This record gives sequence, C-alpha cells and structure tokens, in this order.
Amino acid sequence: MPALLQLKQISKSFGPVQALNGVDFAIEAGEVVGLIGENGAGKSTLMNLLGGMLQPTRGTISLDGTPVKITDAISAAQRGISFVHQELNLLDNLNVAGNIFLGREPRRYGCIDEGKLAAMTQPLLDQLGLDIAPDQSLVPLTNGQKQLVEIAKALSMDARILILDEPTSSLTIQETDTLLKLVETLRERGMAIIFITHRLTEIEKVANRVVALRDGELAGHLTRAETNRDAMISLMIGRDLSEVYPVLPTEIGDTVISIHALTTQRWPEGGASFAIREGEILGLAGLVGSGRSELAQAVFGVDVSPSGTVTVNGDTLKRGDITDAISHGVFLAPEDRKASGLVLEMSVRENMTLNSMFRFNRRSLIDVAKEKAQTEEWRCEFSVKAPDVEQPVGDLSGGNQQKVVLAKWMTLNPKVMIFDEPTRGIDMGARHEIYQTMVKLAKTGCAILMISSDMEELLGMSHRIGVMCEGHLTGILEPDQFSEESIMKLAVETAGKPAVSTK
Amino acid sequence: MFSRYRKELCLLIVLLFVAFWTIIFSRNREADNLLTALLESRFLSLRNMENLSRQIGMYGIFSLGMGLVIISGGIDLSVGSLMALLGTIFFYLLTGGHPWIPGVHWSAAIVILLMVAALIGLLHGWLIAKIGMPAFVVTLCGLLGYRGLAQTMTRDTSLGYYDSVHSVTGLESFLTGKIAGMPAAFIAFIVICGIVYYVLHLSVFGRYLLALGRNEQAARYSGINTTLITIFAYIACTVLGCVSALFFALYTADVVPSMHGNFFELYAIAGAVLGGCSLRGGEGTVVGIILGTTVLLVLQNMVNLLGYDSSFSKVITALVILGGVLVDRFEIWKLVSFKKTKTA
Repeated sequence: MPALLQLKQISKSFGPVQALNGVDFAIEAGEVVGLIGENGAGKSTLMNLLGGMLQPTRGTISLDGTPVKITDAISAAQRGISFVHQELNLLDNLNVAGNIFLGREPRRYGCIDEGKLAAMTQPLLDQLGLDIAPDQSLVPLTNGQKQLVEIAKALSMDARILILDEPTSSLTIQETDTLLKLVETLRERGMAIIFITHRLTEIEKVANRVVALRDGELAGHLTRAETNRDAMISLMIGRDLSEVYPVLPTEIGDTVISIHALTTQRWPEGGASFAIREGEILGLAGLVGSGRSELAQAVFGVDVSPSGTVTVNGDTLKRGDITDAISHGVFLAPEDRKASGLVLEMSVRENMTLNSMFRFNRRSLIDVAKEKAQTEEWRCEFSVKAPDVEQPVGDLSGGNQQKVVLAKWMTLNPKVMIFDEPTRGIDMGARHEIYQTMVKLAKTGCAILMISSDMEELLGMSHRIGVMCEGHLTGILEPDQFSEESIMKLAVETAGKPAVSTK
Repeated sequence: MFSRYRKELCLLIVLLFVAFWTIIFSRNREADNLLTALLESRFLSLRNMENLSRQIGMYGIFSLGMGLVIISGGIDLSVGSLMALLGTIFFYLLTGGHPWIPGVHWSAAIVILLMVAALIGLLHGWLIAKIGMPAFVVTLCGLLGYRGLAQTMTRDTSLGYYDSVHSVTGLESFLTGKIAGMPAAFIAFIVICGIVYYVLHLSVFGRYLLALGRNEQAARYSGINTTLITIFAYIACTVLGCVSALFFALYTADVVPSMHGNFFELYAIAGAVLGGCSLRGGEGTVVGIILGTTVLLVLQNMVNLLGYDSSFSKVITALVILGGVLVDRFEIWKLVSFKKTKTA
C-alpha cells in the first residue's frame, strides 16, 4: 500500500541558494513524525512546499500514491493537509467560531448564520477539550488556547495530515502537556502529524519516528527506540558540539553594564536587574513573548522603559534615547534583521555605514570614495559573500545579511553588544563564523548579551544564562547549573495565569 | 550609471516625443522649407518658451518639495490650499488690508511668509513624526482648513496688491522679471534643483531620508533621528510651496482663494510619481521629479497650442501618469515576487 504522503527527491532553490537538495520523506496515517534540524536546515521550506506556499524546483509529492501539485494554501487544505504555523494566523477582531470557519462561514440569506456557525464550532472545541464558548473573543485567550483554536481550524477542514511548526514555542509547561496529549489523541484517530520543534524532549515524548534535516539535505532517520537526545543532536549538527561552539574566553574583567529594575512598555510590572562584565557573554533565555526582546530594546533605547536604570561604565543612560546608548557604545543587532536591522533595498555599503555616517561626512557631504574603500575592507574582514558592496542586502542569504549587521556595529568598537536571536534562519557554516566573531568581540573586552531561543546555542555560547518569564528576570544560571530542564523551569516560573473560561 | 537612471531616460524619451509632436504640428506652415518651418513653430517661439519655462519653474519648485516628502514615505495634500493661504497673507502683508495683519515692506513680507510656511511645515512634521498621526489625515485637514481660512479672511473675494502701503517696484522685477532672458521663476527653480540635488543625493541628510523612507524602523535602529528628518522633509515641502506661492501670487496678480492653487498638490504628486518616486517611500531622484513635472506641463502646453479640446487634456494627463506608474509597477511586481521566494 502506498504511503499517505510521500515526497521523492524534493529540491528547492532560491536563486543560487539551494534550500533543499533531494529530500525523501514519507508519513503514514496514525503516525507522528518529529522533524528536527538546526535553524536554516530547510524544515520550514519543506513544510511550505506541503502547505502550497512554495513549489518544488524538482521532485514529486504524492498523496495515496498519486502525484499531486499543491499550488496554494487552498489546494493544500482540499487535499487534507493542514498547516499550523509557528506564528499564529488568527484575527483578533473575530471571535473563535469566526476564526475557525473564516472564508467558509455557513450562510443564510446571504448573511452569516451565527447559530449554525456556533453549532458547527462547539463539537470541535469539545473534541480538543477547549473550555471556551464559540462566540468568545480571541483577545483574552492565552497563546496555548489560541494554538488550540488553530488546531480546531485544521480539524474543521477534515485534515488528514497536520503540520505543527514549533507549536510549543510560546506555551507554558501545562499548555505544552495538553498539546502533546492532544497530538497523541489525534494520532490514535488516524491522523498523520508532522511535529516540528526545537525542544527535543517533546520529540522524545510524542514522536514515533524522527527525521532530521541538515543544510537542506536529509541527515538521517531515527526509530522510536533509537530516539534520544544525543542521537538527535548528532544528526542535526553532523559534527561534535565542540566544533560548532568555539571555546569561550576565560578572562572576565570588571562590570561594564549594569541594569537595575528595568521595565518595558510591554511588561511595566516586570523588571530585570543584572550586570555583564568585560569579555562575558550572558545568554538570555525564555519563552517567545517573555519580554527578552523588549528588554533589549529598552536597554538600547528603542523602547522607552517606564522605570529602572541602565548604567554603562558608571554613566546612567537616558531612557528611550538611542543616540545616548550608541554614544556609550551600547549596540543592538535586532531580532528581525529584515524589519529593523537592515534596509533591504539599499546596498551593502549603504547599510554598513548607516549608523556611522560621521566617518564619511565631509561638510555634510558624503565621501563616497572613502565609504566604498572602507566597506570593501569590512566586506572582506567579515567575509560577507557578495560580489561587491553595491549589492542590495536583500539579495544576500540570511547569514550574510547578519554579517552585514555585525560589520555595521562591530566596526564602531562596542562596549556592550546585544545580539537578539543572532543565528535565526542561518545555516551552520555562517553560524559558526558568527559565533567566532562573537568570541573575538568578547576577547576585546566587550560585554555581550545574547538573546536566544536555541537551547544548544544558549548552553554552548554563554558564560551565564539569565532566564525571563513574563517580563521578569526569574534567575541567572551559573555554568554548573546549566541544563535544558533548569532553563525551562525558570522560563515558566510565574506562569499559570488563570485561563479564560466563559462557559 | 545608465541603469541607475533608466527610469529618467524613459521619461526623457517621452518628453522629447511630446515636444517633437508639438513642434511638428505647430510648425510655421508658410515657411519655405521644413527646417525653418519647424524652427519657427509656435512651440519654439520665444513667447511660448518663456511661458513654458515660467510654468516649469513655478510648478517644479513645489513638486521638488512634495518629492522630498514622498521619499520620506509621507504625503502632503495641503500644498495647493497652503499656496492660496500664503498668497492671501502675502497680499495682506503688502496692503495691510486685514485688521490682524500689518502692512510691511515687500522684503519683510517675503521673510515673514517664509517663516509662516516653515512653522506650518513644522506643525505638520511634528503631528506626523512625533505625535504619530497619519500624514494623509494631517495634510487632508490642511487641504480643507488652509483654503477655508483664506476664503474666510477675504470673505471669499479676490485680493490684489494695488493699494500696497510701500512701493512694490522691486518686488515685481524680482518675482516676475527676467534674468539673462529667462523668467525669474525658472532661474529660481534651477537654483533650487541644485540645492535639492545636493541635499538628496550628496549629503548625509539625503542618505538618511532615503533610508527612512525605505524602512523607518531600521533607520531608527541605526541611531538616526527619524523624527527630526521627517519634520525637515515637511518643512522643506511647505517652504518650497511658499517660494512657489510667491511667484504664483505675483504671476496671477490677484489671489482668488477659492481657485488659487487648486489641485496643485495633485499635480505635484503626479509629477513626482511619474518621475519615479514611490508612494511607499525611499525612492526618487531630483532628475526624475524635474522630468515628471516637465512632461505634464509640456503635455498641457501641447493641448493648448494644438487646440485640442482642453477638457480632454486631463484624460491625456491621466493616461500618461497611469501608463508611467504601470510600467513602474510591473518592475515592482517582479521585485516583490522575488523577495517572497527569498523570505519564505
């Protein structure tokens, strides 16, 4: 009997970048396959091919043995493939039922039949054990409940194949447990589930089989019996951890930056106090939405923090003043490179110098020749793979874009450098270079704050790890306390807000 | 270089085409040979050239200001109304005919007017960049308010400057006279083009303005004071609008607030957009804005000279703008689909 879903020799390239290369993948009904891989390994690309967001360059996708072309999200849904994205695709201005049946509302005299809509929604919610009313507004729901609403949407479309892309990245431990139990129930009912996550313990709990991708290629399979943490890591990374993460500098100097009871606009009730010393890398862990990026933005001055102080080498920074932060050598390589790190349409040259025009300012005129020569030098120093500095940064790969961001700030001699998710969406090769750059930077005496959602990265690249939860810094771990469990425990410290129940 | 000014080159070809068309059909039909017939065409006549260059000067100056605002990612719908208000205030400053406005010498009047314009630009920029109101709404209020204010001040009648309190001899030769055979407005336009070129394409400010228009957040994260730069763009727009308003007021010699500068903001937007400015911001060149404005005015001139139905000229203008932006859009479309495959 042919497999429910079979992918054969799938390749996908974006211009010169080969995102997937000859990947085979199959899943049967009643099976949970854990799909693992580092950032940039090609998991999202592979799933986007299934979801109809992308078309393969080569290879075939077969359902029940028949080759199919999935042209868009609608055709994916018609074929029973449902995709629950990492970032929730729900509309806050519609209620639960409206979200679940968006675009497929039952109609009566041309209007939405609210009664029927609610009646259709209720059994779906019951099935998921979701104790909310169909006409419940979406706004007060927790992320976990919203995630379940997304799954209800998938169920409503009679999905046979469910793709869950990092479903737990913003969930608390209890919510995660509920979700994992639900995955189990759905599997027993004969659904095929592809489960993508960075949390390897979840894979151990729920997956029947593991498929690992690495740099766009199939790295290997693991059966349920073979599945354990070490096996998965070695498949994903394909080399020793020690080869990926460089040796951290051991010389730690005096305190450079100290942050005292700093709050953010998102979490005015929260607060974090910590200090980073010369040459030290402080990792900052926490769930998605725990306020790490907001904290970084508050330190840099993009976010005007309501209270608290940031002191750099004895000077207190003005709150909400980027210029002041920059003049004290406090820089931020932001989480979203494309939205806040770079101007994609501008060239490598223009991006590298956007924050340091004073170097090329000759009576308010730009000394373009000097700018060109200087950025060309930086391009080589940071090994940015681009034909020349006139290339628009939008044309570069994620890794090279990040190198442009690094070059932009590191050439200004940072005292404190904040990296927010420095390696998200970046392939192994470039990651390694970025880690080495970070270590080199630390050796110059710079204090580094590294926000990351990647456990291995946090454990491998930090001198200490701070953990945040709901805007609070819940603890700082010393190397002898480093473990995924201890991080997770702190990350959900104050969690367990009462869930909304309106029934 | 060639690829960088591709858009401008296309526009130049359109411009030359329209100009040739007009020359051929307005040729001197009594001339002995074709060459003299073309050279003596009404299009190339001294009077038409003078008139055309004055128009290009007057429209071009405020279009450049609009271009800067559009490049910053904003829009200023109030330019035409502002020009009516400024023209009204200017004439009251000359005549002292309004109880709240003292009559002063014309040189002082010009200085005061420029300051008023700068203050209005500051207000626009402050509301938009600092308070965070949408540019469309702020300047739409200006569009309604400034003209209404001008009409209220004049009780909706026309206003001249004949009974001015001080002599205006210098003023007329200054604003409507000729320098080296060319209208003062055109000369002023050339000078302003030079200044705006310097600011936009050579200075640090221009780099910041382009970055801000493309991606405001990334510019802010680079430590650029985006608020200040946005405010500057709006001030530049109103101040250049004011310079244009001075030329227009003297050119028409009396201001009818309900008509003066009507739809000028739309001509400016059309010229800038035709010249390659993107309404999404971050894109546009001085050369493009000059050419865009010139094409629109030469088209208008063609319709007048060749006696085409003047109502139909609006249709032609609309089609040219639509065609121009369609070509541009086609490129953008390719760009966007390329980006999608990259980020997915």
